[in-house]
Amino acid sequence: MTSHGPKPRIAVITFPGSNDDRDAALALDGLGAEPVPVWHADDQLPEVAAVVLPGGFSYGDYLRAGALARFAPVMDAVKALAAGGGLVLGICNGFQVLCEAGLLPGALRPNHSLSFVCRDVPLTVERTDTPFTARCVKGQRLSIPVKHGEGCFFAGPDLLSELEAAGQVVLRYEGESPNGSVAGIAGVVNAEGNVMGLMPHPEHAVDTLIGSGSTDGALLLGSLVDAARVAAVEHAAV
Amino acid sequence: MRATVLVRPKPGILDPQGEAVLGSLKQLGFAVGDARVGRVVDLELENGDREQARAELERMCEQLLANPLIESYEIELSEDP
Repeated sequence: MTSHGPKPRIAVITFPGSNDDRDAALALDGLGAEPVPVWHADDQLPEVAAVVLPGGFSYGDYLRAGALARFAPVMDAVKALAAGGGLVLGICNGFQVLCEAGLLPGALRPNHSLSFVCRDVPLTVERTDTPFTARCVKGQRLSIPVKHGEGCFFAGPDLLSELEAAGQVVLRYEGESPNGSVAGIAGVVNAEGNVMGLMPHPEHAVDTLIGSGSTDGALLLGSLVDAARVAAVEHAAV
Repeated sequence: MRATVLVRPKPGILDPQGEAVLGSLKQLGFAVGDARVGRVVDLELENGDREQARAELERMCEQLLANPLIESYEIELSEDP
């Protein structure tokens, strides 16, 4: 694992009902970043090179998952950061929030099975030229856990072909999707490539002692840490 | 003024809740061909002007009450009793 230069600071936002914020912070710390906890009611972000929106059930998933969190005061700052090319990663509930906020295309619907799915799933990496997958190899198979009730990615036919043509599908479930996602989509990026959302939890797959022992999540979060380090150095040079 | 907003999964969007309800109704012996599950939001508005209230309700639906990508909505306005 490479780690040169100073630790990049990465904000991890806690909404009421977030529950993977500390796991995300721990994983980022282990990968050489300095996680900075940020409360949803803060109306600005501290000096950070990237933002992670963690998993959980923000605002109780009331109305629709992610629908209320997108109006949290901190989200204006997250939108501004993303608009300026800043790195934003949404995991599970964070993905739902980013879709509801319009920072990512599509929507997440209840799983086809209506069951809460909690298990390791095999994923295929479709793109490695993103700040979130640079440590992977194209076509690489990853094993990362999902745990969600509303992870069925939906995009209508037009939007779907647009996403496929633009290469915005970054991760796909291998074999049968655990939630009924259209085209087996597990993770997407925005058109600019600086905002990504995914349903699987990379922060739960960074330690051989936990779960099935897969550390494939470290490839994704490690990529983010690498990109954040470069962004921090560039920012400091300006 | 009171308003009721009905939010429904758009046609063509798979509705697992509706399918589960349909399955249970059939199991109970009811002859049901299809079931879709949506959401009802009852609101009490402070705005007394019908046209303004309707425009405001449209904005509420677009911004929060429905996700236009996957849900349709219907607005019903009623006078105070």
